[in-house]
Amino acid sequence: MGHLGEEQLERARRLIALYPERRSALIPLCHLAQAQHGWLTPEAIEDIAGLLGITPAEVQGTASFYDMLHTEPVGRHVVAVCTNIACMLAGAYELLEHAEAHLGVHVGQTTEDGEFTLEESECLAGCDIAPCAQVNHRFFGPLDEAGFDALVAELRAGTLSEVVPPHGVLCRVERAVGLLAHRQEGPGDGAAEEGGAGGEGLGGGPGGGGARP
Amino acid sequence: MITDAAPIVTRRVRQEGSHTLQGYLSTGGYEGLRAALSMAPEAVREEVDKASLLGRGGAGFPAGRKWSMLRKSPTTYLVVNGDESEPATFKDRLLIEHDPHQIIEGAVIAAYAIGARQAFVFCRGEFALGLERLQQACNDAYAYGALGPRILGSEFSLDLVVHPGAGAYICGEETALLESLEGKRGFPRIKPPYFPAAIGLYGEPTVVNNVETVSNLPWIVLHGGEAFAALGQGSSAGTRLFALSGRVERPGWYELEMSKTTFRDLVYDPSLGGGVRGGAALKAFIPGGVSAPWFGPERLDLGLDQEAVGAAGSMLGSGSVVVMDETSCAVRAAWRISRFFWRESCGQCTPCREGSGWIEKMLRRIELGAGREEDLDVLMDACDNIAPGVSWPPRQTTICVLGPSIPSSVASGIRMFRDEFLLHVKEGACPYGAAGEGGRR
Ligand SMILES: Cc1cc2nc3c(=O)[nH]c(=O)nc-3n(C[C@H](O)[C@H](O)[C@H](O)COP(=O)(O)O)c2cc1C
Ligand code: SF4
Ligand code: FES
Repeated sequence: MGHLGEEQLERARRLIALYPERRSALIPLCHLAQAQHGWLTPEAIEDIAGLLGITPAEVQGTASFYDMLHTEPVGRHVVAVCTNIACMLAGAYELLEHAEAHLGVHVGQTTEDGEFTLEESECLAGCDIAPCAQVNHRFFGPLDEAGFDALVAELRAGTLSEVVPPHGVLCRVERAVGLLAHRQEGPGDGAAEEGGAGGEGLGGGPGGGGARP
Repeated sequence: MITDAAPIVTRRVRQEGSHTLQGYLSTGGYEGLRAALSMAPEAVREEVDKASLLGRGGAGFPAGRKWSMLRKSPTTYLVVNGDESEPATFKDRLLIEHDPHQIIEGAVIAAYAIGARQAFVFCRGEFALGLERLQQACNDAYAYGALGPRILGSEFSLDLVVHPGAGAYICGEETALLESLEGKRGFPRIKPPYFPAAIGLYGEPTVVNNVETVSNLPWIVLHGGEAFAALGQGSSAGTRLFALSGRVERPGWYELEMSKTTFRDLVYDPSLGGGVRGGAALKAFIPGGVSAPWFGPERLDLGLDQEAVGAAGSMLGSGSVVVMDETSCAVRAAWRISRFFWRESCGQCTPCREGSGWIEKMLRRIELGAGREEDLDVLMDACDNIAPGVSWPPRQTTICVLGPSIPSSVASGIRMFRDEFLLHVKEGACPYGAAGEGGRR
């Protein structure tokens, strides 16, 4: 149920083939898995471990280091309110306080209907639109209380689905080409090899097997 | 003085479709690469050397010199650092979202100059739109022939991968970035021996350059290093992209000629910051990201110059300037910045891991009105344990410079606004009536 679908698996293999060492694809694969479920299910972690040839514990242990990778379920919309310096100077804590009251959850919690998970975030590099927030990593700001409520209403109504796609930051644009400038030839040899696009299963592609270039 | 120097890295970002291949080509895109490929790699390196292009990621190391330090090896990697997470820094996001081809063109030029055959652009994971635009640009650049085999008909071939981060400030530090790119936790590596130029990605020599740094390369190749060096002054050559935020009328990014423009221009000029919000008085400003010590209004006439700012006891860092006004609480600001470092410390080094936590807790206590006068000495002592002497530049006891950056705001706050800290203690509350919300967690 929480496993990667056939399409994700296919895409995962193509991603792995892009890297000189397959473990480098760990984070992209996690993003891919989150596009499907919103979070890293134990089954997805097993799948990723299998694809990379490492243990599920290694995947879990690495993923848990990163704020964007969720090892527990999240709501359909992850609302991250920045409270760092520029946003704080523009009233971010007051906004966050309001967000908690409006959604009826504390930071880190998900609304009962599964629509919203509220997060307090570090600087999102949107300081020119402070105070700002991201919803599934799309920017909104400057936000006042009324603006926040309107945003929540639109998200609930589904009128923002164009702007705010589901989870996963890799979901909309896919890498179109495999590696072309073959990296395994000697230095100074500019000859190209077409079609190194992997997709040949686990060991396939020029980057397979974790061999150093 | 606001000079009439034309913008370099932002010259097309306001144009409709600036992020598309078509938009890029119609505004001179990939001409710098064509020029570079007609030169020998050494000649490209020479132009960049002449340009005095200081790295725009924070440390300000000359790009040309960095390239010349690479260990000789059959395999060399180029990694473009687009992790931009230093609080108040938002210039690379602009370039990633609005001119991704310029980054790719710059990356190909850099790779050609250093002999790399594989490049990565590490893009902050939270930049969903940026990742889409970079990936689209990468796809289009392959189709156009600016990436892949025999680039633009030359003998040079390069593959480029757009790699997403996953939310960790520390991954902006170049060795942590390489760990992350290898699919591991973002733990900075010990230097020496792990200088990327010697032992970088997969153990091979690697150049890590910031997004804005490489975005300058197409222009430098086209116009020559001397033309770039003619802008600015001394080692602070060219223009630089500044991110202005906090209590100003017009927060935003501004590309300005280095050195000649001052902080006062940036904050007050009607075409730039437009002054402090509501005409309030400026209380203090952070000149280069939250790792930098603060300046008071008496420093406003300093030029935006790496050496001058360094000599005055801070740094231009990531080019982000934060303005605090008379309504901003210094304790709260120092607390929030400390909280950031505490949350983002990777935990490998005791002074950083423990020190950031203690400092955060003590500052929160003061902000909430439960502090004691002795806390100020304890805080300075904690700073001294992280960076002995609490001087500038800080002494380093840790694996990376995140640790030594922690004291900057704490010490600035206490040294510049001691009375304000004491007032919190005396009144048992924040005099700014901040309701203590900021200290609630
Ligand atoms: C904690 C920490 C965070 C950093 N974050 C970034 C970052 O987000 N982007 C960046 O380009 N450099 C960052 N740096 C600096 C990099 O380590 C490195 O110096 C830089 O990417 C080199 O590129 P440049 O020479 O072109 O500036 C950071 C450094 C430290 C210590
Ligand atoms: S200084 Fe802090 S962030 Fe840097 S390696 Fe040490 S613990 Fe990690
Ligand atoms: S401080 Fe909030 S986005 Fe930068």
